[in-house]
Amino acid sequence: MTENVIEVTDLTVAYRENPVLWDIDFTVPKGVLLAIVGPNGAGKTTLLKTILGLVKSAAGNVLIFGKPYSEVRRRVGYVPQRGSVDWDFPTTVLDVVMMGSYGKLGWVRRPGRKEKEQAINALGRVGMEKYSDRQINQLSGGQQQRVFLARALIQDAEIYFMDEPFQGVDATTERAIIKILKELRSEGKTVVVVHHDLQTVPEYFDWVTLLNVRRIASGPVEDVFTEENLRLAYGGKVAFLTQHSAGETGNGAEIETTDNTKSDIK
Amino acid sequence: MSNAQVEIQLIASVTAAACALPGVFLVLRRMAMMSDAISHAILLGIVLAFFATHDLSSIFLVIAAVLTGLLTVALVEALNKTRLLREDASIGLVFPFLFSIGVILISRYAGGVHLDTDAVLLGELAFAPFNRLEILGNDIGPISLYVMLGALLLNIIYIALFYKELKISTFDTGLAASLGISPAIIHYSHMGLVSVTAVTAFDAVGSILVVALMIAPAATAYLLTDRLIVMIFLSAFIAIVSAIGGYWAAHFLDASIAGSMATMTGVSFLLAFFFAPNRGMVAIARRHHRQRFEFAGRMLTVHLLQHEGEPDESYESGIEHLQSGHFQWEPHFASGVVKFGQKHGWYNEDSGILKLTEKGKTLAGKAVTGE
Repeated sequence: MTENVIEVTDLTVAYRENPVLWDIDFTVPKGVLLAIVGPNGAGKTTLLKTILGLVKSAAGNVLIFGKPYSEVRRRVGYVPQRGSVDWDFPTTVLDVVMMGSYGKLGWVRRPGRKEKEQAINALGRVGMEKYSDRQINQLSGGQQQRVFLARALIQDAEIYFMDEPFQGVDATTERAIIKILKELRSEGKTVVVVHHDLQTVPEYFDWVTLLNVRRIASGPVEDVFTEENLRLAYGGKVAFLTQHSAGETGNGAEIETTDNTKSDIK
Repeated sequence: MSNAQVEIQLIASVTAAACALPGVFLVLRRMAMMSDAISHAILLGIVLAFFATHDLSSIFLVIAAVLTGLLTVALVEALNKTRLLREDASIGLVFPFLFSIGVILISRYAGGVHLDTDAVLLGELAFAPFNRLEILGNDIGPISLYVMLGALLLNIIYIALFYKELKISTFDTGLAASLGISPAIIHYSHMGLVSVTAVTAFDAVGSILVVALMIAPAATAYLLTDRLIVMIFLSAFIAIVSAIGGYWAAHFLDASIAGSMATMTGVSFLLAFFFAPNRGMVAIARRHHRQRFEFAGRMLTVHLLQHEGEPDESYESGIEHLQSGHFQWEPHFASGVVKFGQKHGWYNEDSGILKLTEKGKTLAGKAVTGE
């Protein structure tokens, strides 16, 4: 049995009396590439933020490497949604990537030559080395996402949490990102990704958690990513795709549900 | 220049720079209105501390002002959290409430002292040199110069120490929090510093103009640079230039110094707004103008390619055609586009008919295939 690096038990998050996440239990074994999928408003982003201590839970427990998050911060990397920051902020690509080192540096200490080198290397890994002096408001959506990924890489974490890294990116970026995610996995790291595109789940990921306020199912893709489970998660309106036809078209499998239109709690 | 004139300009410059520094982060964190709220609400703290100490230069005035400043921020956030009000409404409720209590207290109980409403709102820089700081019987300059130098130094130290923390918690709150760099600590320390700066600048420029000195130089610098560090230095520089310019404007107009200083910050913003190299209105208009001609010129190359060697070429590719024929362009615009393309070597004119060059053909080909 492999070691579980993330253990979430009885986690409930509520906005006033409305539960956003309801009694979630799930565990993530070491070294998997996990997709969290579910309809809009299923609480995917909230789950990520609660694990990272950014959102308070009403009840429940989250352990990472068997410890509370605040004790293992430096072993965890986080890639927020691209749209959550101000891309008009007056700074450069390299500077944003270096922010990934701020956690290890702690308060007051400034990044130096070592951090700069790490940042340049990370930019190389995501194919953005030419852009290091570029002002961030000149980047395309895909480039922004790769900058965020580079920033996560220099955190040099053991677990990565990524919120919708494939949202609105071009095909080149999508390939670049998935390549790096798979590299991270082969280095023995665990990667948790909030994901929207059902079609690519079997191709990209080996582990999946289906979420819709409650945890519908969680486990290896081949066991869990079934039509029945998807129907449960997406409210029975799934005009899905026979299983394993995935990957042929590559995109556009966003499933619309009519009974669940509230958006994710940011 | 008399000694007093030099001193006033020094105080004005230091005050302006001290205000501009925390202002940079107010602008970037989209909290400009919070400076308005704080600079007014601290009046209550000042008045209460004055009643307790009966001393206008007591350090307790500063402490009380900082506490009321933070109270303002906390109250605004508490109201916000109820989600019954938006942030702008919360700000609009909290600070007039605290400020008006301050005004009532002054008018009711402090009629006789220097702390009158005009001084609070506008300050009076011209009187600043009258209060001297003496050490061992030696006059070493006006008190307010030293007070403002203290505030400036505090701001410099704060930004130098927490530059990285300010940057990350402003740019990406979520990542900052996940890394253990608490955005709340940065937020409240920054607000505390805005309060300190506001209360110290109060005497010189009053509570309304403090806002101008905090926001306008930072907003101006934001238009002129896309590097944070440059923005910080530029804000301070613009603030100082506005302060000195304002002083002399006041001198020649025989008007309020503080008012002239604030007006100058507005003037420098307007200059940047129109003439900033990339983000100014003039630069934007020129870019749009250019893009319009560029697009039309490319469209024309596609059209010329289409009809090249066709029997109707002499009509379709004639300059005349652009105006009265199918294109229906304004004559002025048509000749502009023709000139633009010729300048870039896309096509040449041959007795009223446009001929594509090789460069123009490549361009047209690219435009069609969408490269």
